[in-house]
Amino acid sequence: MKKAVSILLVAAMAVSTLAGCGSSSKKEDAFYIGGIGPTTGAAAIYGTAVKNGAQIAIDEINEAGGINGYQIEYKFEDDQHDAEKSVNAYNTLKDWGMQILMGTVTTAPCVAVVDKTAADNMFEVTPSASSTDVIANDNVFQICFTDPNQGTASAQYIGENKLAKKVAVIYDSSDVYSSGIEEKFVAEADNQDFEVVAEEAFTADSKTDFSTQLKKAQDAGADLVFLPIYYTEASIILKQADTMGYDPEFFGCDGMDGILSVENFDTSLAEGLMLLTPFAADATDDATTKFVSTYKDEYKDTPNQFAADAYDAIYTIKAAAEKADIKPNMSVSDICDALKAAMPEINVQGLTGGDEGLTWSETGEVSKQPKAVKIENGVYVGM
Amino acid sequence: MSFISNLINGISLGSIYAIIALGYTMVYGIAKMLNFAHGDVIMIGCYVVFTTMSGMQFNPIVSVILSVVICTVLGVVIEKVAYKPLRKASPLAVLITAIGVSYLLQNVALLIFGADTKSFTSVVTLPSLKLAGGSLVISSVTLVTVVACIVIMIGLMLFIKKTKAGQAMLAVSEDKDAAQLMGVNVNGTISLTFAIGSGLAAIAGVLLCSAYPTLTPYTGAMPGIKAFTAAVFGGIGSIPGAFVGGILLGIIEIFGRAYISSQLSDAIVFAVLIIVLLVKPTGILGKPIHEKV
Repeated sequence: MKKAVSILLVAAMAVSTLAGCGSSSKKEDAFYIGGIGPTTGAAAIYGTAVKNGAQIAIDEINEAGGINGYQIEYKFEDDQHDAEKSVNAYNTLKDWGMQILMGTVTTAPCVAVVDKTAADNMFEVTPSASSTDVIANDNVFQICFTDPNQGTASAQYIGENKLAKKVAVIYDSSDVYSSGIEEKFVAEADNQDFEVVAEEAFTADSKTDFSTQLKKAQDAGADLVFLPIYYTEASIILKQADTMGYDPEFFGCDGMDGILSVENFDTSLAEGLMLLTPFAADATDDATTKFVSTYKDEYKDTPNQFAADAYDAIYTIKAAAEKADIKPNMSVSDICDALKAAMPEINVQGLTGGDEGLTWSETGEVSKQPKAVKIENGVYVGM
Repeated sequence: MSFISNLINGISLGSIYAIIALGYTMVYGIAKMLNFAHGDVIMIGCYVVFTTMSGMQFNPIVSVILSVVICTVLGVVIEKVAYKPLRKASPLAVLITAIGVSYLLQNVALLIFGADTKSFTSVVTLPSLKLAGGSLVISSVTLVTVVACIVIMIGLMLFIKKTKAGQAMLAVSEDKDAAQLMGVNVNGTISLTFAIGSGLAAIAGVLLCSAYPTLTPYTGAMPGIKAFTAAVFGGIGSIPGAFVGGILLGIIEIFGRAYISSQLSDAIVFAVLIIVLLVKPTGILGKPIHEKV
């Protein structure tokens, strides 16, 4: 009897120790997915959207029983759109037990982090880092279009829809995202029925005054100005064009997404602005309306395409994990190898995929339909 | 006509550089230190105007005055807390402190106002001036900026030549110890300089954000550095020098962008700066010791 009690006590102690373990360190029966992106700093709008969009997908998946029957543990670290901080965030997440990385959000830090994930053979899905440098290693897959694809698709869209005869481009030559799109846009323009009459650049050090670039576009007779840049600079360009009485069509890429949420921005200036984005919050399909209403309830904001890309990124991980039938007790490297092999074989019917869904090449590049939206009465309307 | 239009754009940009450069040059002339936090005082000034005008619906003039007052107080406080204890320290220590204050202000703004870009409503609401049948458009902000810049420069020069406090500044800039022996309150004079410089920063900020209407915690950083360049260009320590340097820098930047290459405009600006400094190391109007503020 005494022996039985002591065994019971030992067992109870062992259980309580294990329970203690469970709450403070890693669970054996869950997938650890980490996220990295800027939730503070100049690009905070993107990182916050990704963090929230992924959270919605993870909550849905966990509620529906998880991946292969295992729940997802999710942790998001801030990198302030800074390469060094991004690598620190990656190391923090590794200490936490991360097995799969959903990130990073912005291109420049992502280029730094992909070196680390390649060295560790950690599976990485970036929702929104769009440079081709990001997918140089075979363990990284993109949800968004690559920069060259965006440039080509924009030129084709403008050409096929006969939006303009003369096009000016204003781009940021110090930014790999912007100059990458610009290069392909100009190259593709040769095959299209319009002419690029002005290619004007600015740099990170002089991005307040665009009057000269606009003047040159106006003098060249451009009836459409292509802006493969982020919305912060675009909001100044729209304002300055209005001040000087120049009223062409404006056309942007995914970096333009967010312009309507600039605080105190006169959204009437953005009326008629077109942008190429894989996601429009006003779309009426069931998946989008459900996502948008959940996002609005949880975060009091309308989701942008970054939130949608992140949502798709999590479902992509789920689809690949189910295809490869991975288990949480596998090593990071084994998980990565299994998912890498599964990625080119899956088709994800995500928010950003259109009718044909998202598919991937072995190099990590995504294939999906581009969509264009136009801003009318302060909201995106599909074209 | 596009030449005149570019020239006007250049003068407009240059006038903003000039007003910021005046603040740099005064502080350098008197305290012999580079106040790298100057650009961030500009940013704080913008946020004050943004919050009071767009948020609390104050009259634009009231919010600009409020912004000048807050920046003036901020400038004096920064001087008292961060720079005064280091008056006898090496110039390098003061320089690093100034950079530290700059980062502090940026991060405090980040904490209070968040990282989101704010769109700044211009405080000048007059319509643009259209000349030559609409082919030459001069925005009202440009006109106000240029006029403000000239008024401020003349005002400062008169202040230094005609008032006792101005004469005290001149004395401190030439020889701190001798000025003290002559009964000049050196600490008070330096505080006054910071007060004036920071008040000017508020005005520069309002004009900067009215012309280029976005506001983030980093808004002041780059114009601050360009204005510092303008001050060196014109001869640091010289008030007319800051004015000339600022205007020239703006014109060179815009002309470089318009007629040579929009990708190389900054390279052109700094190449001209190097050439000027090689030919005249003290800057265009800089004279050793004499006429320093």
